[in-house]
Amino acid sequence: MANIREEIKKRILVLDGAMGTMIQQYKFTEEDYRGEQFKDWHVSVKGNNDMLSITQPTAIKEIHAKYFEAGADIAETNTFSSTTIAMADYEMENYVYQLNYESAKIAKEVADEFTAKEPHKPRFVAGSIGPTNRTLSMSPDVNDPGFRAVTFDELRIAYKQQTEALLDGGVDVLLVETVFDTLNAKAALFAIEEVKAERGIDVPVMLSGTITDASGRTLSGQTAEAFLISVSHIPLLTVGLNCALGADALVPHLEAISSNTEYGVSAHPNAGLPNAFGEYDESPSQMASQIQGYFDKNLINIIGGCCGTTPAHIKAIADIAAVAEPRKVIA
Amino acid sequence: MSKIKQTKYMKLSGLEPLVLGPDMNFINVGERTNVAGSKMFLRLIKEEKFDEALAVALHQVEGGAQIIDINMDDGLIDGKEAMVRFLNLIMAEPDIARVPIMIDSSKWDIIEAGLQVVQGKCVVNSISLKEGVANFKEQVRKLKMYGAAVIVMAFDEEGQADTYERRIEIAEKSYRIMVDECGFPSEDIIFDLNIFPVATGMEEHRRNAIDFIEATHWVRTNLENASVSGGVSNVSFSFRGNNPVREAMHSVFLYYAIKKGMNMGIVNPAMLEVYDDIPKDLLEHVEDVILDRRDDATERLLDFAESFKGEKKTEAQKLAWRELPLQERITHGLVKGVDQFIVEDVEEARLQVAKPLEVIEGHLMIGMGVVGDLFGEGKMFLPQVVKSARVMKRAVAHLMPFIEAAKDENSPPQGKVLLATVKGDVHDIGKNIVGVVMACNNYQIVDLGVMVPPEKILQAAIDEKVDVIGLSGLITPSLDEMVHIAKEMKRLNFTIPLLIGGATTSKAHTAVKIAPEYDGGVVHVLDASRSVPVTSTLIGEDKKISQAFKDKTYAEYDKVRDGFLNRARKKVYLPLAEARANNYKVEFNTDTVYTPNKTGVQVIDDLPLEELVPYLDWTPFFQSWELHGKYPAILEDEIVGEQAKDLFKDAKEMLDKIVKEKWFVAKAVYGVFPANSVNSDDIEIYTDNDRSETIQTMLTLRQQSKKAAGKPHIALSDYVAPKESGLEDYIGAFCVTAGFGVEEKAEEYKQNLDDYNSIMVKALADRFAEAFAEYLHDKIRKQDWGYAKGEDLSNEDLIKESYQGIRPAPGYPSCPDHTEKTQLWELLNVKENIGVELTDSLAMFPTASVSGHYFAHKDARYFGLGKITKEQVHDFANRRGLTNAEAERWLSPNMAEE
Repeated sequence: MANIREEIKKRILVLDGAMGTMIQQYKFTEEDYRGEQFKDWHVSVKGNNDMLSITQPTAIKEIHAKYFEAGADIAETNTFSSTTIAMADYEMENYVYQLNYESAKIAKEVADEFTAKEPHKPRFVAGSIGPTNRTLSMSPDVNDPGFRAVTFDELRIAYKQQTEALLDGGVDVLLVETVFDTLNAKAALFAIEEVKAERGIDVPVMLSGTITDASGRTLSGQTAEAFLISVSHIPLLTVGLNCALGADALVPHLEAISSNTEYGVSAHPNAGLPNAFGEYDESPSQMASQIQGYFDKNLINIIGGCCGTTPAHIKAIADIAAVAEPRKVIA
Repeated sequence: MSKIKQTKYMKLSGLEPLVLGPDMNFINVGERTNVAGSKMFLRLIKEEKFDEALAVALHQVEGGAQIIDINMDDGLIDGKEAMVRFLNLIMAEPDIARVPIMIDSSKWDIIEAGLQVVQGKCVVNSISLKEGVANFKEQVRKLKMYGAAVIVMAFDEEGQADTYERRIEIAEKSYRIMVDECGFPSEDIIFDLNIFPVATGMEEHRRNAIDFIEATHWVRTNLENASVSGGVSNVSFSFRGNNPVREAMHSVFLYYAIKKGMNMGIVNPAMLEVYDDIPKDLLEHVEDVILDRRDDATERLLDFAESFKGEKKTEAQKLAWRELPLQERITHGLVKGVDQFIVEDVEEARLQVAKPLEVIEGHLMIGMGVVGDLFGEGKMFLPQVVKSARVMKRAVAHLMPFIEAAKDENSPPQGKVLLATVKGDVHDIGKNIVGVVMACNNYQIVDLGVMVPPEKILQAAIDEKVDVIGLSGLITPSLDEMVHIAKEMKRLNFTIPLLIGGATTSKAHTAVKIAPEYDGGVVHVLDASRSVPVTSTLIGEDKKISQAFKDKTYAEYDKVRDGFLNRARKKVYLPLAEARANNYKVEFNTDTVYTPNKTGVQVIDDLPLEELVPYLDWTPFFQSWELHGKYPAILEDEIVGEQAKDLFKDAKEMLDKIVKEKWFVAKAVYGVFPANSVNSDDIEIYTDNDRSETIQTMLTLRQQSKKAAGKPHIALSDYVAPKESGLEDYIGAFCVTAGFGVEEKAEEYKQNLDDYNSIMVKALADRFAEAFAEYLHDKIRKQDWGYAKGEDLSNEDLIKESYQGIRPAPGYPSCPDHTEKTQLWELLNVKENIGVELTDSLAMFPTASVSGHYFAHKDARYFGLGKITKEQVHDFANRRGLTNAEAERWLSPNMAEE
C-alpha cells in the first residue's frame, strides 16, 4: 500500500478544495439534511454540512470524486465540525462517532477507487479536525477577560473521540486545520498523541493555522513563527496555513514557517478575499498564478484550496504542481 | 578548553518567538510575578487585585524581561486557581503575553494546570529526580505532549546537589533518562545547578560558586544542547544590606558563569554592577571569594566590605548623629526609636520656641512625618513604628506640663477617631496598634476598649462628635456585630465613615455584608499602615476627594460582591442525607480505638512557665506584628530580617522576665471521656464506661460542597467509633490559659507610655497559651490517653503537627460552631476549675486561652468545613434546641448563598 510519507518526498501533493462551496450547489432543503435517520430530529439541522455524510452520502462521494478527477491527491473528510463541542449547536453530540466514521469510510471508498484506476498516483484521505466554535485562549465575555468557555480537557476529550472514529473509518492522515487558537490545536495534538500511544500506531499528522487578517497574526495573537514553535513538539508531516487570506497575502507568513521548520509545509488558501456578497470570486487561473509564486520560492510540499475553491481551481493548481519541485525538507 | 556542544537551539514562544540562538548569550527571567519572591505580588494575589498584579507583569516585560516567571506557591492561596486565573488574564494582555511564560511551581498539578491555559511554548520550573525515576519519567512524557522546555533541578532522592561531583552526576543521569529513554528534545532541557551562598564563614561553602561554574562548564561541554540556569542573588546572601558588594558579587559571578556557558538566569537588573565599573580593589576581593582563590578570601572581603558599607560600628560613630542639628536629631530619635536623648532634645527645642506646643506641631510632627512616609513606602516595619510612638509619647509627656502651664489652646487635631473592639470580642492587639499609629499622626483617639456594646459605640460617637468610627474584631461572630452596627448607623442617620479591621474581617465580607447596609462609607482597612491614609482621605478638607474615594471603594466592592456571589452560586452542595452517606469511612477496630489510662476531669493549677518555653511557636508571633514569614527563616529575610531580629531580641528579653518573675499564671482543665458517634453527626459523651448514661451530646457539622468522586464529606464525628460498632471509643476535651496576669502587665506598660511593650506582653501571652495547648496535647497522647507512648518529636515536628490525633477548637475551620464552647464549659466545669469565662459572643476571657477537643484516630486530620446549606443549619438548630434564626446567626459565616 502506498505511503504518504514516501509520496511527499517525490512530488508536491495536492489537497482538495472547499467542501462547503460544493455542497451549496446541491441546494439541499431541511428535509434533505434530515434524510431518513433524522427525519424527526427536534432542532433545525439545515447548515449542518457534516451530517450529509450520513444522510446524503452519494452527494459527498460525488464531491470527493470530482476533486480526485481534478487531480487532488488527498481528500479531506467532511468532518470539520464533527466534535461533541461543535455539534452541540444541533444537539448531535451523541452522533459524533457515526459522523466521523461514515465520513472517513465514504472518502476512503472513493480514494481506493481512484488508486485502483491510477496506481501511479495513489489517493489519500485526510481526517479533517476543525477548531470547534470555542476558544481556549480568549474569553467570549469582553467584561471578564479571565473567563473561558471551554477547558483543555474538554477539548482534548472531544478531539480524542473524533480522532478515534476517523481512524476507525480508515483515514490515512489527520489534518488539524484552521487553527485560529493555538491552544485548541495543542489540545487536539495532545489527544492524537494519546490515541497514537494507546493504539501503538504512527499516523501522520498535518497541522494548518490561520492568519486572520493583515495584522499577520492568528486570532489568538501569535505570529506565524510563534505559532510554529508552539506546535513543533509533535512530529508533523506538514505544518502550514489555510483560510482567511488569499494566496498572495500568505506569502510572507509561509516564508516565516518554511525557513524555520524541518517539517513539510502546506498551504490551502482561499480563492481571494470575499466580495461584498460574501462570495469568493478569484478565478482558477488567477489563483494558480499566485500559487506559482509559492513554487518558484520552493515553499511547498502540500498545496490545496480553502473557502471558495472548486474542482476547477484544484485542476489549475494540480496542473502547475505536477511540474514544480517540492520543497526540500531538511529532516 | 573544550567547546560547548550545541547543534540545536531552544525555541520558546509567547505571542512572539524567542529563540535562544548563538547570538543570545544570556536570557534574563523576570521574577517579580512570584509570590514566593515578592511580598507585594503575594499580597496582590491574596487580595485578588489582579489588575495590579498584571501591572507588575507588564512592568517586567517593559523593563526587558525576556521570559516572566509566574509562581503561586503559597500556603494561603489556592495555587492552582490563582495560576490559571492569572495566566488567563495575561493572555488577554498582548503587551505581556508577547513573551514566553515560565510556569513555576513545586507542585505538578499546578504546573499541569498552567500548561493547559497557555498557547505558547512555556518553560516549566521545575522538575527533578527528587521523587524517583518513575515519577520523573511520567512528568517528562507529559511535558513532551504539552510542548514545553523544562528546568531540571540538580536534586535526587538523596537530596540537593551541593558539590561539583553531585551536580554533574544528577545532571547526567537526568539528561540520559530524558533524552535516551523518553525522547525529550535535548535543546529544551535547562539545568538549575543550585547557586548557594559563598563567604558564609563555613569552610564547606567556600567552593559553592566555583563548583557551580565548573559544573556549568561540564554540562555545556558534555550534555549536548542543554542549557544552564540559576537564581543569582543567592550567591551573595551573606552580604545582605551591603548592596555595593552584592552587586559586584553578582556581576563577577555572572561574568565567569556566562563564560562557562550559563545562558539563563534570574537576576534583578537593579542589583547588578557593570563588571568593568567595579573598583579594582573590590573586584579583586570579590573574585578571590567567588573563585575561591585564597584561604582568607572571606575574611578579607568581610573587612573590606565594612569599609565599603561605611559603617564601622565604633561607639563614637554610633553617636555621631548627636552632632547633627536639633531637628535632625529629633527626627533621628523618632525614626530609629531611640528614646535615650529625646527629653534632652525636646527641652532644647522648647527653649527655642515661643509656645511649647510648637515643639509638637513642628519638630515632633516633622519627625513623625518621616516615620509615616517610610512606613507607607514599606521601608519601616510595624515594630519600629511602635517604638517611634514610644519616643513620641515620652517627648509629649515631657512637654505636657509646660503646655498646661501656658494654658495654650490645644492644637486642633486632624480629626477624632473612635475605636472599639465589638461586643463579645476581647481581642485588641490590632486595635491598639491602629490607635498608636493614628495617634502618632495627630488624630485624637477615643478608645472604648473591648467588648463594647453597639449602643455604647453609637452614643459615644454622638457625644464625642467623632469623625470616624473604627471597629475591630478577631472572632467570626464579631462580623455580625459589625453588620449590626452598620445597620444601626443607617437607622440613626449617621453620615461619618465606618472603618472595618481585624484578623477575621476581609474585603470580601465588608463588600458583601457590611457596605450594603450603610451608605456613609464603609471601608475595610487591611492593616495599621492603611488606617492613616484612608482616614485622612475620608475626612479630609476636600470633600470632592473623599467622595471620589468613597465612590471608588464602593465601585470596587460592587465588583468584589458580584464576583463573590457569582463564585458562590457556582458552588454545588449536596443534600445533607447524601453528604452523610458519603462520610469519611475511617477504619474502626480494636487497633484504632484506644483505652485511656485515666478518664474524668483533671486540673493543672499553676504550671511553671519554663515548661512551656520549648513548645513556643514563633511564626504567629511575628505575624501579630505584621511581619510575615516563617520562623527562623524570617530572621534572615532580605526585607524584614533586621526588624524581625530586633523584635525577637526584645521578645526574648521579656520572655525571660515573664518566666523568672512569673508574670502569668498558666492553668488547664481537661479530660478523656467514653464516647461514641450517633446519628451520623453527633457524639455522645458518657459518664462512665457503662455507656448507659449520657453527659452531653456534642454536635458536629458536615462538609456539604460537592467534591471530586471518591472524596468524603467529613464531620468530626467520623473520627469517633459509631455506637453500633460496639467499640469503646473515647474523646478528649480541654481548656488552657496563660492569660491571668496579662492585662495588669499590659496596663502597667500603657501607663508608662510604652505601647510597644504593652502589645508585646499580650502577643507573648497568646504564644504561651498556644504552647500550653501543644504541651497538654503531648501529655495526653503519651500519658493520660497514652496511645502514642513511643512518640519522640522535635518542636518543629510538633508545629508541623506530625503526630497522631488532632485538637480542633470551636470557632476554627473544622468546627466553626462557637456554641459548642458552652457545652465544653459544662463538661469540664471550666469557669469553676480555672476561671476562664465565656463572653456573650462566646469569646474566651482572659484572651490568652485555648479550648477544644481531642480526637485520637490515626486518620483524624484537620479540615475546613466550608459552606453548608440552610438544610443543615436548620437540622443543627433542631438538634441544638435553637431557633432557626439563632442558628443562622451563629453559623452565618459558613452559610452558602442559596
